[in-house]
Amino acid sequence: MSRITPEIIASHGIKPDEYTRILEIMGREPNLTELGIFSVMWSEHCSYKSSKKWLKTLPTTAPWVICGPGENAGIIDIGDGQAIVFKMESHNHPSFIEPYQGAATGVGGILRDVFTMGARPIANMNALRFGDPSHPKTRHLVAGVVAGIGGYGNCVGVPTVGGETNFHKSYNGNILVNAMTVGLADASNIFYSAAAGIGNPVVYFGSKTGRDGIHGATMASAEFDENSEEKRPTVQVGDPFTEKLLIEACLELMATDTIVAIQDMGAAGLTSSSFEMASKGGLGVELDLDLVPMREDGMSAYEIMLSESQERMLMILKPGKEDVARAIMDKWELDFAVIGTLTDTGRMVLKRHGKVEADLPIDPLAQASPEYDRPWTAPAKAPVVRLEDVPAHPPIDALKRLLGCPDLASKRWIYQQYDHMVMGDTVQRPGGDAAVVRIHGGRKAVAITTDCTPRYCQADPHEGGRQAVAEAYRNTSATGATPLAVTDNLNFGNPEKPEIMGQIVEAIKGMGEACRDLDFPVVSGNVSLYNETQGQAIQPTPAIGAVGLLADVGKHTTIAFKTAGNAIVLLGECKGWMGASLYLRELCGREEGAPPPVALHRERRKGELVRALIADGLVRACHDVSDGGLLVAVAEMAMSSGIGASLDAPSSPALHGWCFGEDQGRYVLEVHPDDLPGVLEAALAKDVGARVIGTTGGHALSVGGQSAGIDDLRTAHEAWLPAFMGAEMSGH
Amino acid sequence: MKAAVIVFPGSNCDRDVAVALEASMGAKPLMVWHRDTELPAVDLVVVPGGFSYGDYLRCGAMAAHSPIMREVKARAEAGTRVLGICNGFQILTETGLLPGVLMRNKDLKFICKDVTLRVESDRTDFCRYYRSGDVVRFPIAHAEGNWFVEPKTYREMEDNGQIAFRYATASGKVDESANPNGSLGNVAGIYNGHFNVLGLMPHPERLAEDLLGGADGKLMFDSLVEALS
Repeated sequence: MSRITPEIIASHGIKPDEYTRILEIMGREPNLTELGIFSVMWSEHCSYKSSKKWLKTLPTTAPWVICGPGENAGIIDIGDGQAIVFKMESHNHPSFIEPYQGAATGVGGILRDVFTMGARPIANMNALRFGDPSHPKTRHLVAGVVAGIGGYGNCVGVPTVGGETNFHKSYNGNILVNAMTVGLADASNIFYSAAAGIGNPVVYFGSKTGRDGIHGATMASAEFDENSEEKRPTVQVGDPFTEKLLIEACLELMATDTIVAIQDMGAAGLTSSSFEMASKGGLGVELDLDLVPMREDGMSAYEIMLSESQERMLMILKPGKEDVARAIMDKWELDFAVIGTLTDTGRMVLKRHGKVEADLPIDPLAQASPEYDRPWTAPAKAPVVRLEDVPAHPPIDALKRLLGCPDLASKRWIYQQYDHMVMGDTVQRPGGDAAVVRIHGGRKAVAITTDCTPRYCQADPHEGGRQAVAEAYRNTSATGATPLAVTDNLNFGNPEKPEIMGQIVEAIKGMGEACRDLDFPVVSGNVSLYNETQGQAIQPTPAIGAVGLLADVGKHTTIAFKTAGNAIVLLGECKGWMGASLYLRELCGREEGAPPPVALHRERRKGELVRALIADGLVRACHDVSDGGLLVAVAEMAMSSGIGASLDAPSSPALHGWCFGEDQGRYVLEVHPDDLPGVLEAALAKDVGARVIGTTGGHALSVGGQSAGIDDLRTAHEAWLPAFMGAEMSGH
Repeated sequence: MKAAVIVFPGSNCDRDVAVALEASMGAKPLMVWHRDTELPAVDLVVVPGGFSYGDYLRCGAMAAHSPIMREVKARAEAGTRVLGICNGFQILTETGLLPGVLMRNKDLKFICKDVTLRVESDRTDFCRYYRSGDVVRFPIAHAEGNWFVEPKTYREMEDNGQIAFRYATASGKVDESANPNGSLGNVAGIYNGHFNVLGLMPHPERLAEDLLGGADGKLMFDSLVEALS
């Protein structure tokens, strides 16, 4: 057995004080297998050691929450005995190193988190951040990530219904690939991961174990340096076909009464799944690693335990149910093996070739993993940018520039590579405020969105955290759906730096405030830290994935204008907030200023108003105002319908502020003239500012004496991404 | 009408087409597992879309050799109506029930979007409710839909009226701009020589309900129900 040297400890990402604790727990020097297990279980990725203290402050309960954070995914009740299971998770580090497989296995992993709990996945989403378009790697990374997400999601037959994509130079060395899955379960047939029943069989099924992905979790817990590409062998390889079989086999098995507990093998593979199951059940486990289905000969205990081969599951069966389970796995041609039993020892004992290769106490490892209260400094507040200090460009010229800038340009090139219609329930396809997916066989539907504005979070993580949640709330409400709960994917730099830790703390505080005030609890999530390359951190990116419920799918609203001659109504106030706006960045080349503040009490009132108006059938189209401001929102409503609009700007604020200010808490509504008095009255009753700003009609958008045809706008909007990506593909 | 939907490991549009069939038939179709060697007595067999056997080796190639396909082939040769959608079309070409091959799309990418198609022939059991020249909207979702056959066969197929659908503009013009994948002659769907087998890349089952954005596809299932009931 090799001796544990300081170099070996360091190469496992274990800090000296953590090693001291390992010695205390073990009462002896660990062997290499044991050290490897400590290393992955105590990695940032698996243990949340830097963020745990702050994550605990997030609100996680509501009467409709069935299961909050801590399980494979969060679960909410949607009535009629049905539950929605969902979570978002990052696969940032592997996607930068090997974009196709990194992104593909990110989708595979999040799907497993959801169907492991007994849910059939019904929709995938993704939130992507890439580096500056001019960076030599960006094109290659976009092509690979999009192909990987499509390659996996399309094959498993779960629609990828939406998402968001941003470009910024801070992601040049660390792209973000955050994937979300939403599943539908029977509320009375949900599966958890806590093991139970001493003597019960521990069963492995799915794909075979190979040498791929060893130490992926440790890699995802460190900064990148110039040698990171040498880490390519730690990226796993996905097989969506096996995943599809695994989904069907799991759901078929779950309909029989055989499973005590089940968990997928995600980061840190067999180690974390077996440890977490035993730990949650307060039990011990003994595994004979010789029985693990293996893809290659001669794998050591260390390699078997730390492999991150994909499409594998671990479960505890009820006694005597092995044959039922085996028959289902045979039907789906998946590997199946009883590899151990639950014990009452509280220890994990691993045997290989008849020899004990590891013997560890479970509780100190899985539950008493390090928790840090890392020092942090609150970021300095950016000064407010005054509208009069921002130059005015003619509105239509500026609009065309904004519609074609990388962040706002149409993402059709991306979502057309994703099957967004399979399963036959996609009611609102990508391109709107939120995707709307019908609950199969009924009248209900869920609205799903992912949101975050990293430039706001960079300028003020606290306000940015509030805004990310509020925007998800708005996007959900804009379809008519009642926002129910969120999942978060917190992407930041190195938490050992006080200024980065300050971003984490402030963003979580802001998110918590918004979630509390909007009754929008966090039910699941994932943290990705160390998104830094050679000291350069990403913009703080706390991505929010949200789910809302529509009682009657027939009453959902889209962003597309419906007919000419209708009133265009703006809900909410417009002061022309220019700080941290896209206008300031794209037209003035200035990335500065405080982001627009979010007034949470008004946010909630406005959301309730919009949903009530939609439910009453008074709204023909609805779109929230976000990136780029009011004129961009109206242009998007026009472009998605082909119906133009003519707008009357007020005398104040100045026209460019009115058109492009990013004041929060606003919605644009299309209202039939007959319904207008009712809408304005309802707004007044709710104390929400509402004014008619124009009329639908024609084939052009006009404002402030300027005008552009919708086809012109579409060209500006649609051209950038295909042209950018078209310049690649020589060697892909 | 009685219908069966073949389910391979990796099929993923089997439920979607079953839903569309049920809406038109008023009864659920039979779902037949790929390892079954016997096919019940049915009027219509649907080979659905998806990624049978992961599309490993070549799209449809492995499914074409599965036990149930021997039976499907025998039935097709005996005159039973067979509908292959997307991966199902690929499988039918691999079994030899339909001519040609489906190659990688011309731009090498998976494409998912609505396309407009011109109905080339309304004189079959699949298309009774359409009129030749009609433009219908169905979605596509494939990476290998670039149909090709050698020129002699293509000419014969055209002469026989075996072209079922062509990709066309909204006004019915068949041109390059309407062709999403590079297929020969903008072909989107074809019949066999006896017109009892139809294979097409677009998915009629995905636009068979107004709530989902359109119902042009429903007419195909309604046509089959009327013809075979």
